[in-house]
Amino acid sequence: MTQDISIRAQNVTVGYDHFVLLDDISFTVNTHDIFIIMGASGGGKSSLLRVLTGLMPPLSGSIFIDGVDFTAADALSKEQIMQKCGVLYQSGALFSSMTLAENIALPLQQYTDYSEKMIADLVSLKLALVGLKGFEDFYPSEISGGMKKRAGLARALALDPQIVYFDEPSAGLDPISSKLLDDLIIDINQCLGTTIVVVTHELHSIFDIGTNSIFLDADTKGISGRGNPKDLLKNPPNAAVYNFLTRGGQTHAQNGK
Amino acid sequence: MNTALSFSMQKNHLTIILAGDFIRYEDERVLHPLWAQVRGKSPKTITFDSQKLQNWDSSLVVLIYRLMQYAAKHAVQIDTTGLPIGLQRLLTLAFSVDRKPTVSKIPHLDFLSRIGQTVLVIIDSIQKGLRFIKAVLKSIGRAIAGTAVMRNIDFWFALDDCGPKAIGIVSLISFMVGLILAFVGAIQLKTFGAQIYVASLVAIGMTRIMGAIMAGIIMAGRTGASYAATIGTMQVNEELDALKTMGIPATDFLVLPRIMALVLIMPLLTMWADFMGMIGGGAVGVFMLDIAPQEYWNYSIKAFDLTNFLVGVFHGFVFGAVIALCGCYYGIHCGRNADSVGIATTKAVVSAIVWMIVMTGIITWICEAIGI
Repeated sequence: MTQDISIRAQNVTVGYDHFVLLDDISFTVNTHDIFIIMGASGGGKSSLLRVLTGLMPPLSGSIFIDGVDFTAADALSKEQIMQKCGVLYQSGALFSSMTLAENIALPLQQYTDYSEKMIADLVSLKLALVGLKGFEDFYPSEISGGMKKRAGLARALALDPQIVYFDEPSAGLDPISSKLLDDLIIDINQCLGTTIVVVTHELHSIFDIGTNSIFLDADTKGISGRGNPKDLLKNPPNAAVYNFLTRGGQTHAQNGK
Repeated sequence: MNTALSFSMQKNHLTIILAGDFIRYEDERVLHPLWAQVRGKSPKTITFDSQKLQNWDSSLVVLIYRLMQYAAKHAVQIDTTGLPIGLQRLLTLAFSVDRKPTVSKIPHLDFLSRIGQTVLVIIDSIQKGLRFIKAVLKSIGRAIAGTAVMRNIDFWFALDDCGPKAIGIVSLISFMVGLILAFVGAIQLKTFGAQIYVASLVAIGMTRIMGAIMAGIIMAGRTGASYAATIGTMQVNEELDALKTMGIPATDFLVLPRIMALVLIMPLLTMWADFMGMIGGGAVGVFMLDIAPQEYWNYSIKAFDLTNFLVGVFHGFVFGAVIALCGCYYGIHCGRNADSVGIATTKAVVSAIVWMIVMTGIITWICEAIGI
């Protein structure tokens, strides 16, 4: 369904003023990947996501999206690039004064020439895709945390983005809701061909959905592991990755390795 | 390649042929005849040919989704195997039964039910208000007994916020009000050469009520709103729940320092507002009406009445309690989203001003009854 679009971070330094979180990192997210950005708390995962989504500039380096230097782009070009991207925030970030239908309709009204009927049908479709059919007239305060995330995902998918970013999708969810969301991420990736970037430290999610990943190391302020998470588990490049992926060796011990 | 949607009807079988790119597709010139065919000819089966289909997006999914919904209602067989695999899976996902929610929306109420519910809400609000005042009085009792769970630093912080930090804006507004009062009075008094009484007018007006009212309105907008927003955000962040589970009354920990600070500071701010208003009136008297400063001062002092002054200060004291109670009440009873904080803040300011006017009426009536 989607065109090929990739993300390339080149010599990116992330931080605040003089405080560097990630120093001179480079990586590529290939088209149709489910790309996991993992690492311990405070390692700069969420800050890197803010840089990738244009919410804050990197201290140095460039982010290329679809071959265009996103960090150096002017406001109009950034807006055009961001229309190809959707973001699901940790809390869903739904507008509380709007119903779910109005939340999802907002980007469609803003950026397309669709008729009101078409927008209403698209809203219904997006809600049906995330399992919230019939919830059009509900307000965010009337639904659960997991449902808010799914509604947030429906809004992120409104414009058929080629890239969807997820910030800690499993945070605060019970295991069943978390699994449901993971399945949804895989479905979206496979049905729509969407490139997915997920910031998480949930091991279940990492192994279930990840096709490629980077491990951000808070000590070295760099990437200390990259590749398919299952391959990283089999052949951990260093102790930090090993400890992270095995919860400090627990999984290996449990598996009798 | 251009978008092309065509269809053919053979006996009871409708074939929809998709070719080219279906990106943001909504061509009513094609879709209208298609739907006319589907509804008019009532096909028994619908199939798709997408061999020449290239790129597509949700607009095409919506079209097929609508057809499938129609087919489900009218017992039409629809065969999606002619569609791309990704699209087929997407449709399966959209129609998957296991993900459908079971929660239903609260039903829409009729007119009478809405009136009934409004009455219940009003009764509930009154009860909540009374319960809140009772809880605050209990907290005050605990504070007097020395058992209230309140940090001194919170009191000093609140005092600093509503005192020294508010002096600037109270000074400016009171000065301007004194100036306006003198201007308006001067226009009338000048006509019969009695402009010297501008000093009396401003002194009586400011000390009796205007100083307190102006300080109260400023503090309702500034500090009352701030109390509601701060405590409301704490409600959103579950900080109030944390206090409850720790067994700490929110009225002790959050309301008490704020009420004490505002009740203490408002009489002082009222006095300051009186003074600044008289300075503002003096500026008009001296610079525009050519009254000698000493003469203006003398007339001001002559008009100054201790009873008026104390009534004004008492107003300030009551307004302080009203503003703090309204701000804290709406903060504590705030909902749990961003919108609710805005609503709580608005309600806090509006109700504080309304209650200030109500209290002014009551105090004036009492003063009238006891002859002061």
